[in-house]
Amino acid sequence: MQQSLASRIAIALIGWAVALLLFFPIFWMVLTSFKTETDAITASLVFHPTLVSYAEVFQRANYLGFALNSVVIALGGTVLALLFSVPAAYSMAFHPTPRTRGTLLWMLSTKMLPPVGVLVPIYLLFKFTGLLDTRTGLIIIYALMNLPITVWMLFTFYKEVPNEILEAGRMDGASTWGELVHILLPLTLPGVASTGLLSLILCWNEAFWSLNLTSSQAAPLTAFIASFSAPEGLFFAKLSAASTMAVAPILVFGWFSQKQLVQGLTFGAVK
Amino acid sequence: MATLSLRNIRKAYGPAEVIKGVDLEIDDREFVVFVGPSGCGKSTLLRMIAGLEPITSGELQIDGVRVNERGPADRGLAMVFQSYALYPHMTVAQNMGFALKLAKVPAAERDRKVREAARILQLEPYLERRPKDLSGGQRQRVAIGRAIVRAPKVFLFDEPLSNLDAALRGQTRIEIARLHEELGATMIYVTHDQIEAMTLADKIVVLQAGRIEQVGSPLELYHHPANMFVAGFIGSPRMNMLPVSVLESTAAGITVSLPSGAALTVPSTGDVAPGTALTLGLRPESLRPDPDGQLAGTVKLVERLGGLTLLHVETEGREDVIVQIEGLSMLNINHPVRLAADAAALHLFDAAGMALPALTRHSLVA
Repeated sequence: MQQSLASRIAIALIGWAVALLLFFPIFWMVLTSFKTETDAITASLVFHPTLVSYAEVFQRANYLGFALNSVVIALGGTVLALLFSVPAAYSMAFHPTPRTRGTLLWMLSTKMLPPVGVLVPIYLLFKFTGLLDTRTGLIIIYALMNLPITVWMLFTFYKEVPNEILEAGRMDGASTWGELVHILLPLTLPGVASTGLLSLILCWNEAFWSLNLTSSQAAPLTAFIASFSAPEGLFFAKLSAASTMAVAPILVFGWFSQKQLVQGLTFGAVK
Repeated sequence: MATLSLRNIRKAYGPAEVIKGVDLEIDDREFVVFVGPSGCGKSTLLRMIAGLEPITSGELQIDGVRVNERGPADRGLAMVFQSYALYPHMTVAQNMGFALKLAKVPAAERDRKVREAARILQLEPYLERRPKDLSGGQRQRVAIGRAIVRAPKVFLFDEPLSNLDAALRGQTRIEIARLHEELGATMIYVTHDQIEAMTLADKIVVLQAGRIEQVGSPLELYHHPANMFVAGFIGSPRMNMLPVSVLESTAAGITVSLPSGAALTVPSTGDVAPGTALTLGLRPESLRPDPDGQLAGTVKLVERLGGLTLLHVETEGREDVIVQIEGLSMLNINHPVRLAADAAALHLFDAAGMALPALTRHSLVA
């Protein structure tokens, strides 16, 4: 498609504007984290950079403990979700029943319910089963929370694989397990990877359940951030420093896996 | 050695029955072709034999043993799919050796068998390539190679040539015939292409709407179609069908009157009273222009194919008839023409569409 120079410039400008708009909060957060608390409440871009907020944050809270919880819970939730959704999506994509479509929509509809609506029952369930403030509890909740999304994504990727290829595998003597391991997973690896990446990011950033179901033992980084917007009032510089430290790992991770993620998400569209 | 026996095989999806009771015997080393229009159930029947579709009722036997409950890999069959269904992430060698790998055949033996199949199919230079780097014809050969490597009792082909261009289709058809000769295996082949059916088959099974219309050798189906459906389906251009009524039935055959009023004696037999309405079938290649012909009409369209000429003639009874003539015809549009038919190549069908038995069998048909 041939575009005029003017329209190309316009598109580039709009693109940059949107990118800046999206990036600005992160930029501001990082900037604020290097200010003193006094500078932090001003909108000034001129200040003396200082690490004092970081030092205070480190002093006040065990960052590595929170970070470890985040890593374990996000990985655990993702692995658990994939463990269920890989076979579930296989069954739905290749052995559909008249109810498959409805089941998929129903699964998605659970994501439309505000989580706070089930907070009390879930809280009580966790209390009775001793899952409150445990990593296991959060892993289970995160896996369940992401299951509809991972099943849907994998279902879409699997749908791209012609049924005949799996049938050829069956003729060649592959069991269901063999079909999955030798044919389907190698063929949809980019899709499975991007599903896992998305789940990882969603788990990392989840705040509602982690704030409500943990206190100290299993609290991940989202709880770590929240602890800095606490009783004494708002301390923007410290809050920013804590937030920067909380988002930094997933930001770096996202940066490196960007290509994979975009490729996976547009898999069907560009094929 | 492999014989197949289908006994009252049925397939239903809920209340919809798509295979309505198929009985068929397939002999060892036989090349059987299932033909029929789209949706006649030929592919479904093949998939039921393969084990990819459960059999609703009836019994499928391979070498005299019931295999209904066996999985696809345990029936000793190999299938070549219409889309080839190669594994895109594996090389040609891996594609062909996959079944052996799953069967835990030692690597050295696997390699030997893959090389042997590659040699037969002239795929040796491509063993390390992936399917996406191959042409359509090469992919087709890999799909066949994947079947050969397993040394199956029965080969199943599901419209294997329909994704190839015309030249390659002809070439691959010959290749498959050669393979059948070389491997001496039983083969079942599904197609809607009657040229493939006529040239490859020892036995053709014509299917329509989930039922077998006729089973027989290609020439038997051509010369002695059991009914109007088979008569119309086998042979190209299609057999011409004209409504006629019986004048008299004698030892020499049945004399019928054409829509134009002319009389014609067909060497068929049957219990038909004068006045009965029948359908007369005339193959385009059995008609020829003849000043003394019984059929009169006007040429409406001329198709010159070089070696053949097709005349579309509107007869006096306002029926369209196609005539196939060897070589060039000088007849032009709107030219009046009289047509004569080779009496031995005429067919009569009753009101139900069933063929009246011919007085004599064609010399080439047992």
